[in-house]
This record gives sequence, C-alpha cells and structure tokens, in this order.
Amino acid sequence: MALLEVDRVVGGYGEADILQGASLAAEAGEIVVIVGANGAGKSTLMKAIAGLVRVRSGSIRFAGDEIANAPAEGMIRRGLAYVPQERNVFPSLTVEENLRMGAYVRPDATRAGIARVLALFPDLDARRGVAAGRLSGGQRQMVAIARALMLEPRLILLDEPTAGLSPRFCAVIFERVQAIARAGVGVLMVEQNARPALAIADRGVVLAMGRNRATAPGPALLADPEIGRLFLGG
Amino acid sequence: MAELITFYLVPGLVLGAIYAMSATGLSLVYGVIRFANFAHGDLMGLGAYAALAASQGLGLSPWASIPFAAAATVPAALAADVLFYARLRRSLPAVLLISSFGTALMLRAVIYLAFGPTPQTFGRAIVPPLMLWGLRIQERHVWIIAGAAASAAVLHLILARTRAGRAMRAMADDPDLARITGVPTEAVIRLTWTIAAVLVAIAGVFLGLDTQLTPVMGFNVLLASFAAAILGGIGRPWGAALGGLILGLAEECSSYPVVGGAPLLEPSYKSAVAFAVLIVTLIARPQGLFRGMG
Repeated sequence: MALLEVDRVVGGYGEADILQGASLAAEAGEIVVIVGANGAGKSTLMKAIAGLVRVRSGSIRFAGDEIANAPAEGMIRRGLAYVPQERNVFPSLTVEENLRMGAYVRPDATRAGIARVLALFPDLDARRGVAAGRLSGGQRQMVAIARALMLEPRLILLDEPTAGLSPRFCAVIFERVQAIARAGVGVLMVEQNARPALAIADRGVVLAMGRNRATAPGPALLADPEIGRLFLGG
Repeated sequence: MAELITFYLVPGLVLGAIYAMSATGLSLVYGVIRFANFAHGDLMGLGAYAALAASQGLGLSPWASIPFAAAATVPAALAADVLFYARLRRSLPAVLLISSFGTALMLRAVIYLAFGPTPQTFGRAIVPPLMLWGLRIQERHVWIIAGAAASAAVLHLILARTRAGRAMRAMADDPDLARITGVPTEAVIRLTWTIAAVLVAIAGVFLGLDTQLTPVMGFNVLLASFAAAILGGIGRPWGAALGGLILGLAEECSSYPVVGGAPLLEPSYKSAVAFAVLIVTLIARPQGLFRGMG
C-alpha cells in the first residue's frame, strides 16, 4: 500500500464539486507532480488532502488511515505537511518564529528542527530575525518549505513552489525538492512550470476537469506528444 | 507649565492609559477573531461593578478587587463566545457585529438589574496629592499609569516570548495557515478572549477609580477605544495602545487655555475629540498611523 492513496475523490467548495473523481498515489521518497490547465482542480486536490476542502465521496488514505475530511490541524501530527501556493508564511513573524510555528505541535523538536532545515536552506540563517513579510518571493518560499519540514513529515504537499520565481530560484527549489525526496520524504507537488517539474518526477499526474487525464512516470508524460500538445504548451 | 502637566498632561495620560488597555483588547480580538466586538465596553462596565461588589462586600481596596473584576469578565466573554459568536463565526461580519451589540445590551441589563442606574464610586477617602518633582499628582493616577504600563509589559512578553502568544500572532496573520501548522484555533480564540477580558476588567476598575461607576461607563469608552484601535491600525495591539495614549492626551489637552484664559475647546466637547480623530483617521489614513510596526 502506498503512503498516500487518493481514490476517485469528488469534492470542492460549497455546492461546486471541482474534483470529479481524481486519483493518485505517492510513496515515501518519491516525487509526484500534478500538472494541468488552470481550473483543472490541482490546488483543490492539494487542499482536499490537507483537510481544507470538503470531500464528498471517494477516499484519501495516508499511512493506512482514512483522512478525507479529517481536521486540517491534525495533519501535521500524522506526518503530512502542506505548503499553500500563496500566503504560505506568517508575514509579521520573523523567519525563526515561522520555523518555530512549524514545530508548534511538538515544541521539544524545535531546536533540532531549526538546525536541520537551516542546513537545507543555509541562506535563511542570516535572516532569522527578519519578518518573513519583508523577504523576497524566493526566500519566502524557502521559509514556507523549511517550516513544513520542521517535524520531519513523511509527505510534503507543495502547491506551485516556483510560482513567480526567477529561473535561478526555480532551479534551486527543484534541486532542494530532490534533496528532500532523497532523504525519504514523499513530495507531492503542483507545478505550472511543468516540464522541469516532470523531468524530476517519479510519477506525473495530468488533471483535466477535476479528473485524471493521464498518470505515468514524469519522463514518459514528457515524451507523450499528445500530452505535450494539450497540457505542456507544445 | 506645572498647570499644563498637573491638570492636562497627567489626566490625559491616565485617560490615555485606560483607553489604551481597552483598545488593546479590542484590537487583539479584532486581529485574532476578526470581528469588531461592540460588547467590549459593557464588559468593562461589568468588570468595574464586579470589583465594586467585591470591594464593598469583602471590604477590599479597589486595587485588590481587580481579580474579582477579571473573574466576572473572563467567564462572560467566554460564555458570549460559546453561546453566540462561535456559532456565527462563519457568517457575515455584520451578523457577528450585531450579535455583539445584543451581548452588550444583555451585559448592561445585568448591571442595571444588579446595581441600579445611580452612579456609584469606590468610596475612596480624600487622599492628599503626592508631590513628585514639584508637581501635585494624585496617587491613584500614578498607580493607574503604572498598572497600565505593567499590563502592557506582560502582554508584550506573552505575545513575543510564549508559544501561545506566537500562535495568537500567527492566527492574526493567517488563520488557515495557523490551522495547517497544527494550532488549535478554538483554544487560541479562548485565550484571546481571556486576555482581552482581563485587560478590559483592569481598565474598568481604573476608570471607576478615576471617575465613577455608571452602567454606561463602558459603552461611553467603547467608541473612543475603537477610535484608538483604528488610529493605531486595527488588529495591531501596540498601535492601539499608542492610539489610546494619543487620544487620551488629545481629549484632555483640548480644553487647555492656549490663548488667553478661555479653554481651547469647552470641556463638555471633550468626547467629540475622539470622534474627530476617528473621522480624520478614516479619511486620511484608514490603515492607521502605525501600519508596519508589527
């Protein structure tokens, strides 16, 4: 059984079901990338897994437990960390306070956690006392990912981690994502920047209209001419 | 100069300290729970009267009866949250606001019922003023200013240094992100109510000590507290505290005879100063004076 198994999930906000039967699986240490057009339900699927969007039917199993509609505040204890696309840092808190918030449910793990994530994102060390709202977009993204890694999650959900970043920062983020996966953490990532993301993906999922359009190893999706034409901009 | 300090600046600081404590709680609730609590003023009245009852019933000094004030306001605030606000948390802000109006009326009705409409005092004895640096200053004024400063220091330590305080600030920044990081949001909301209710209880006792107790005392301070909170950038406790001090000083100094012997503004117009400041702030700088101060 995979670490995360999403099976035919239907759900969304209010009456509108944006997700119309999406499925995917992710293993520990694996990079799974979700791509698709705007409005395909990529971010909604991430939020459904994180417990922030109502699931009407289907199942989401994490480490063997059914977590569909489980409270969002309990996910971090299960080992599932989520980095939203926008507003993913506490802007008035300093970088260090943001990292401390990452270990909120286990304060005893704070010190070791900070040392570990600063080793992964050394640039943040010099900015520990700076309010996160004053950082550049790329640094903010690093704070958000570092915060999510504080308690050594088994799976991290990254919603468009490279949105709005310069190519140099994108490369840095993808390289760190690979390092995170190598350390045994499962990575489930939504990316607009589809080609470089699929290139490092063990598994790629193409979503369209809230459903799976295709599921295959990332490089295989990249090589598929129809997928390329329809979803990856030719 | 001594007259300016004794009769205008010191009373201005005292009033400002009371506004600051009230506005800080108001701003904290606005920041974390995201609604404008119109019951805040009547909570202050409840606290003041609870302290009066303890002071008269147990023969305590008003200062020693402050814990009784908090013992009334904290359960009242938490009960209003459980009974009314929690159920309406996901509805429109206007609905919450109106429900807080209703809560305010209920609290005031309880005060009228228990203590009647006649103004009362803590029955303080005539205390000769202290002579500090050649100035005559009422002893209670010194204690009120010191008490407000101590409360601000404790609040600062809670917000900046404790895990719970960080969680409150995180929730004020982004409630969804706070939930994702595992913050028990309802517990943080209860803590916020508790802190705001303690602050407003102390402010109520201070106000009662400085003037007198009336069932509408809190409501009368409410709008000035809102003005102070908005002046400081609503949702920012430190801005609210500074806003309160500025308003208190502005109100008291507005009647200083700058030219000749007549007051600049008749003292009966004093309370209009807060509204004038509020209106000017809303027009000129709706985000408040201290945006960006954290």
